[in-house]
Amino acid sequence: MSGNVYVYILVMALVTYLIRMLPLTLIRERIKSTFIKSFLYYVPYVTLAVMTFPAILSATSSPWSGLAGFLTAAVLSYKGKGLIFVSLCACGAVFLLELALV
Amino acid sequence: MKSDPFREWVRGCKNGIPIGLGYLAVSFSFGILALRSGLTVGQSVLISALNLTSAGQFASLSVIAASGSYIELALSQLIINLRYCLMSASLSQKVDRAAPFFHRFFMAFGVTDEIFALSVSTHGALSPYYTYGQMTVAIPGWTLGTLLGAVAGNVLPPRVLSALGVALYAMFCAIIIPPARKNKVLAVIILCAMGASVAFTFAPLLKDISSGTRVIILTVAIAALAAWLRPVKEEDAP
Repeated sequence: MSGNVYVYILVMALVTYLIRMLPLTLIRERIKSTFIKSFLYYVPYVTLAVMTFPAILSATSSPWSGLAGFLTAAVLSYKGKGLIFVSLCACGAVFLLELALV
Repeated sequence: MKSDPFREWVRGCKNGIPIGLGYLAVSFSFGILALRSGLTVGQSVLISALNLTSAGQFASLSVIAASGSYIELALSQLIINLRYCLMSASLSQKVDRAAPFFHRFFMAFGVTDEIFALSVSTHGALSPYYTYGQMTVAIPGWTLGTLLGAVAGNVLPPRVLSALGVALYAMFCAIIIPPARKNKVLAVIILCAMGASVAFTFAPLLKDISSGTRVIILTVAIAALAAWLRPVKEEDAP
């Protein structure tokens, strides 16, 4: 390591904040275009789906426990259970399966 | 819609609990890795407190450890975190119009995958206090986890750490799946997105694309295609 660590930290903090702040403050008006509105409406669903699968399979010690966590979460969410409940049950499923597997 | 700031804040704190728990686990491993990369405990905690972003921070460690240039660091952060740009654009349409403008500068700091997901899925206009509530739980979780990981890399049993690893992903499911039950278009989009993500993770050539870039490419492509084929009607728009 040769560069000043604190400068590194400052650079990354600044870049990351600007990426988040500029769109939020520059887009003040209601967007009129149906295409852009639809696009922004679909963004979270696509982003979260892409980030969840298959990454969840490598988030735990074994792909099988990851899959168990995913299926538990998918089924419970489909049944309309709340965020915390779904999250804790998925963690529980992983924990129990790993007790049996590892 | 008029909302009580305090109640919105409390609701944010409550719904933010799974985020805080997940962050604790993820940032714990960041703390361990940061120390291995030659940073001090204080520096690792400072990175977490100022950045609040997982993929970007993990990537920064390799640049810092390799004595990369500041430009290289800035570019890597820009590419990996560019998805926040889309999220902030989406949030700009969702924030309560009646809320004073300065809130946007503070909310911006809390735009993470998880806080964005919760904020954008709330019913009606978004009160800044709902986002602040989540930040109240998430930021200490992220910073404290880093501190614990850096100071004592092995206080939590690996089994518990492994189980906590799915907390955030499970929460994502709980956000995107319920609306897809009533809306077939959303269900198809989610399945396509996951399928494409599998292809980009394992297929030759495609798998060399970093995960941050993958999220951007797929989000832009699939959301644009969906918006073109199935424009959202006025009444279901956020």
